[in-house]
Formats: sequence, structure tokens, C-alpha cells
Amino acid sequence: MDRSYAVEIVYRGIFQKTLAKHISRGLVLAAAKEGKTGISFGRYGDSPERNGIPAKNFAIIAPDDETLEESMSQYEPKHVDVTVSVDDTLCKGVESWAWYGLQPINRLLNPSGKLVVSSMLGFDDLLRMVHTKDVPYELAIVRDIPAFSGLWVYKDDHTDVRILGTIARLVPEMLSLKAVEAAILEEWKDELKMLSARKAYERVESILVPPGAGNAETPYEFTLPGWKEMAEGVTIRSIEMGGGFVDPETGKTGGYRPVVNPYFKKFSTRTMRPVVNFDTCIKCTLCWLACPDSCFDVTPDQLYDARMESCCGCGVCEAVCPIDDCVTMVNESEFTDNASQWEMWKADKTGYHTWLAEKIQHRPERSHGFQVRGLYEKQIKAMAGVGMTKSGQEKVGGEDTTEASAGGS
Amino acid sequence: MATIREREVALADKEELISGSEAIAVACKLADVDVITAYPIRPYDTVMQYVAKLISNGEMDCEYIVAESEHSQFEMVKHASAVGARVFVGSSGVGWMYAFEALTVTPALRIPMVAMVGNRALDDPGAFGVEHNDALAVRDLGWMLVWVDTAQEALDTALLAWRIAEDRRILLPCAIGCDGAFLTHSQTMVKIPAQEKVNEFLPRYDRAELTLHPDNPITIAPQANEDWVMEIRKQNDAAIRRAPGVIKEAYADLERIFGRRYGENPFFEEYETDDADVVLFGMGTMSMPVKVAVRKMRKEGKKVGFVRLRWFRPFPVDELQRSLSRFKAVGVIDRDYSFGSPYFSGVVANEVRTALYSAEKRPPVVGFICGLGGREVTVPNVREMTDMTFRAASGERLTDTYWIGLRE
Repeated sequence: MDRSYAVEIVYRGIFQKTLAKHISRGLVLAAAKEGKTGISFGRYGDSPERNGIPAKNFAIIAPDDETLEESMSQYEPKHVDVTVSVDDTLCKGVESWAWYGLQPINRLLNPSGKLVVSSMLGFDDLLRMVHTKDVPYELAIVRDIPAFSGLWVYKDDHTDVRILGTIARLVPEMLSLKAVEAAILEEWKDELKMLSARKAYERVESILVPPGAGNAETPYEFTLPGWKEMAEGVTIRSIEMGGGFVDPETGKTGGYRPVVNPYFKKFSTRTMRPVVNFDTCIKCTLCWLACPDSCFDVTPDQLYDARMESCCGCGVCEAVCPIDDCVTMVNESEFTDNASQWEMWKADKTGYHTWLAEKIQHRPERSHGFQVRGLYEKQIKAMAGVGMTKSGQEKVGGEDTTEASAGGS
Repeated sequence: MATIREREVALADKEELISGSEAIAVACKLADVDVITAYPIRPYDTVMQYVAKLISNGEMDCEYIVAESEHSQFEMVKHASAVGARVFVGSSGVGWMYAFEALTVTPALRIPMVAMVGNRALDDPGAFGVEHNDALAVRDLGWMLVWVDTAQEALDTALLAWRIAEDRRILLPCAIGCDGAFLTHSQTMVKIPAQEKVNEFLPRYDRAELTLHPDNPITIAPQANEDWVMEIRKQNDAAIRRAPGVIKEAYADLERIFGRRYGENPFFEEYETDDADVVLFGMGTMSMPVKVAVRKMRKEGKKVGFVRLRWFRPFPVDELQRSLSRFKAVGVIDRDYSFGSPYFSGVVANEVRTALYSAEKRPPVVGFICGLGGREVTVPNVREMTDMTFRAASGERLTDTYWIGLRE
């Protein structure tokens, strides 16, 4: 190894903080087993204590201290050899507390770099979310229901070591499987975890993604102002109030749509989003009142339309809605755009209901972590029974995987 | 009886993957600190979390008190230290400022409190990133101040800090500046010395006749006015004047016992200075990008070096005069500000100017402000500062202070 290697681990704030740390530490500890050196750190400006917020951890492996120094005292590496996404919905991009705008999940990847995604989805599904890149890279899947746990608990489902094993296979010049196994034994003193890493190493599924393949959307970005352009006294001008808008059916203006913060959108903060059945809505206003992000527009016909650039996916609207089938949370990976549901419904009500029924199949678990006794066992069964034996070229589906493909997030 | 081999193993360093903050927590364990008080604020809180972990794992035994504010946090250890307890404390940014009254009384009472300051920008705006103004706020009060740049140096320096602060000739508080994020939150491999070696290096804390104890009835901190105050201040002055000698002794012992070398002159580190025409000068983790840039520029034939100041208080005037007089110009990089100061400069640049004033040979000093609020000091930034310093070496008058890496 004659240069340093950088790995980023993109994860969901609080639920996967310990998982991400285990992976980046595991990489450095494994490198140390081969006489290399390294550094493990989190993106400092992230706020990984917040629910579901995208955040990053990094590991840099270097042959010696002097080479390592080139990657130190930075918030994040400028280029990485491996990007790990431990929740597949993050393939839509990363918008954290640490910067403004949406970073494609593969933004930092070097040409021929490796994108490792922990997912039960297939390659095509992932590539519908991952933004295009003008250089080729390798996409690998670790068959896994995204490992989420709570603030103080850690779900030891071996995701950490399976990712270490996968990386050893994909980038052997950085780490050998032997080093990974030795580090696992020392750090966790668990032979089973070591075996999981080895299995993952043996079962890596990957494809080469050619330039231009993937989601063609242009990620939004901002230019930060210079000091002379900024208001003095650490002040920010308030945004406009907002107002009514046109009903495409009647042509009348009404309702209320607030103007929203143009600098912070929540597209990739959420792991699930509400879908609304406008025909069963009783216009009780509860979703609109309870939404902590004021993301519901009041439509000219007094319905409530969740605006996707403001929704963080908390699910409060579903919880307060008194109607059984009016607001339903659906896994974010089921959506490829952020279009208005109300406009869709207005344009074609029958088509909308077909769409709605299809989406509602993908209800996620109600929240993150261990919310149901026995859930963990069910998930393990789903992963062991289905995910790990598939070629990965097709979406993992079928009756017994509904739980799995909707799971986790 | 242990064989020689077994003894060698027992005395060998153990390597752990830990952050700068965690390295300081490990130093607390090795120093067998008696009382630790805590109050959370990023980035200092990473120390208290690791201390709590060490205690709950049964690896460490101390009184660990989570206070209701930084003011109480620093007051508690002040009192504990007066009765003879070895103490550790710390904070960051505005947390440190909230403790300010307690910080001011500590040196006069000759309390050898060791504090970690996880350097953080002062509010407003609320920002987590590193600036050195928090720790520098106590620079005139009798605190010793030292900055470190790696987790290994953080661990060693914490052990040095107790040794120096608790020395009967000194008895002054010492704050260790640790850059937020780059040091406090980055894990690297750190050599943990064996307990036996630490015991040899660090004697018991004993404030002798100054111990507050029923067997030794004393009054501490009575009211005193103009007929007393100046003499009390002079005692502080005399104590910190003795610090350089004690610091050198401590580093020599550290090298003898731990085998890690910080050089004849521990007050600052020199990098690629032997044949340098100009040097850059700064504190903390900016050393990483600066050293990388120096190596790149050396390959291009530019004779540039770097001086990293460790000890800001006491400020090593004699050593710096001897060192910096060799160069044609010095570019000082401040990760702090001192609004309205001479040349509208940073704090360190003006200290360097003052230190050089009485030197026979005075190189021009160019002041730079860079990396505020934790902004990365980049290799291109360092190149820009080096080029300007070379211009000053060629006779150009660059007496303003230059903000580098600023969005115009």
C-alpha cells in the first residue's frame, strides 16, 4: 500500500451512530493489525444525536504517519475509495446539518470507487435513487435490513462486521480479510462475528455502474455569500409569509401555502413519508396543527397536502389522524420524486388510488429500534431466509419478504 | 518473582484507538485523579463521557460530580484541590466563559487545577468549531496555557500538566488547549504508558502547609485591600517565572521514563527549520496541513519551515528570540482574533512581535487570521501565507493583518 485510503460511512443520526463508529473503528483497528496506521472520526458539523438526520463517519488508512497527516485536521476527505450507506434510503442523497444542499451518495467516490449499500433492494432499485456520476464505480449490496437501534442500545445484528468483510473483499490492497478477522476477535472477542465477516466476504454481490447510470436529477446546491453581502449583527431576514394558490380543477385561488426556507430541505432527512387519501379526509386539521415542520399546505378545497421539501418523515401526522386510511407512512425508497399528491389526485383520481394502494403496501415499521418484542428475531429470519442467497440482480420480493423490504427505516 | 521478559511486557506501552479527548480521560485514570467535575458542552463533553465510561467499567475510581453549571464545576474542584485532592476539570467556548469568576480566583489561591479546554468558537453565532479565544481569555490571570496537536501529545501533556502545576514551586492552574473536532473527535492509535511508569513520573500531590485540613487550620482567601494585593500578585508572578525551569525538568523526566522525546526545548516544536529562510508559526492541529504544505513546498525548492508553539503561558521569550532571529521573516497564523489590537492582529502574532522587540535581530512578522470557527486550514491557504511571508522577507512591508480563506 503506497497511499492512503479513505472510507466514509453514511448513516442515520442517533439510530446508527454506534454502528457507524464500529465500522470506522473496525477499519482502523484492522489496518493496525497489518502495521498500517489510521484515523477514525465523525463529520463534526453533523448533529448525529437527531432522529434520522443523515450523518457521516470516516476512516482513513495510511501506510505511515506522514501520509496520514495529509488527511488529518479535515472535516471530511475530499475523495474516498469506499462509501458505505448503512440505510438504503440515503441513496437519495445526503443532506446533513454540516452543509447546505444535497450531496449525492456517491459524490466523493474516486473513479472505480466502491459504493456499499446495506439493503434488501436490488441494484436497479438502488440506482433509481443514486445520482449519476461521470466516472464508473462499483455498487455492492450487503443483504441486510438496515440496522437501526435506539439512543443507548446497540443492535448487534453483525451489520458492522459484515460491512468490514465486504470492504476487505472489494479493496484488498487496503485491508485483508485476515486483518479484519484479527481485529474483530480483539475488539469484540466474538467468533461468530468473525464468521459473519468471512461470510460477507465470500458473498459479496456487486455490479459495475457505468458513467451516466442512475438518477439524473440535479441535486440542489447553494452559493454561500461573502462577508460584505451578509447582514451585520448575525441577523437573517425573515422569509415571506405565503398565501393561497390555484385549484387546477376550478381555477379558483384559495387555501394557504407558507413560503419555506430555501436553504434547508428535508428530502433525505426522512426514511418514510406520509401518503394521503384525500377522499377519506374529514378536514379535521389535526395533521396540519401537529406537523412540527409546517409541511402541510392547505389546499383551495381545504384538504391537507404534505409538501415533501419540508417533511422530515416523523409520522406525527399519521399518529394524530383520526381516520384509519387517510394518512399512511410509507418507506421512502418507494418514491422517485417529490411531487404534490394533491395535484396528482386532482389530475386523475382513479390513477391516484391505484398509486396509493401500491404505495401503502410498503408501510414501514412504526419507528426505529426495538419497538416490538420479537421483531429482531423476525428480521433475522427474513434476512437469513431470503436476502443472502439471491443473486441480487432482481429485487428481493415475494410474500415472505414484504416485512423485510419495508423494514427497518 | 517476575522474569525480565515479564517485566518488559508489563512496562510496555499498550496501543489504543482513541481520540484526543479520550486520551486525556485515560491520563486522568493513569494519574489516579481524585475529583473530577463535569458539565456538558461540545467538544469538551467527549472527555466527561469517556471518564464516565472508565468509572462505570470499573477501570477508574474517583469522585465524579456532574455539576449544574460550569461555574459550580470549577468552584468544586478548586475546593477539592485546596484540601489536597488531585483534580481534573474542563469546558469549551462559552461554557469556559460562564466559569470565568472561578477561573480568575484559582491562580491567586495557588490551586493546581488541570483543565482541558476543547477549543470552540465563542457565541455568537453558536458554532462548534475551533477558535482559541476561549482558552486565551485567561492569558493574563496566572493560568499556564499549553496547546497540543495529537492525541498522543494530549495524553503526555495532561500527565506533564499535573506534574508541573502541582510542583510546590509553582502551584498554578494549567489549561490544555485541544482543538475541537480535529483533536477532540478524531481517533488515532495512542501509546498508553504502563501505570508503573506513570507512578514514577508523577509524584503524589502534596500542598503541605497550604492544605486545608482540620489538622492544619488555615484560612484561605480573606478580604485584602491595597496594602496587600500587590504583594499577592507578585507571588503569582514569581511562581509563573519559576515555571519554565520546572517545565523543562518535567519533559526531561518524561523522556527518561516514557522514552518519548519532545526535545531540549519543549516550549515549541520546530519543523524543517534548519536551513529555512522563512517560517510559519502557529498553535494546535493546524500543524497537520502546515507540515504537509511545507513538505510539498520544500520539494519545489522553497526553504520554508514551521514553528508550533506549545506553551503560550509562560511565553518562551528567550527561546523564541534565539530561534526566530535565524529567519528572514515569520508568518504567524492565528486561529483567534483580538479586535482593535495593534495591527488589528491575532493574539499570537502580537505576542511574537513583543517577544522579538528586544532581540538584536528582528525578522519582520506578518500576521494572518485563518481557520476561524473551525474552518479548515488548507494546503492552498498555507501556500498563500508562505508566499506573503517570502515577500516580507524580500523587504515588502506587510504590516496589516491578512484574513486567509475568507469569502470576500
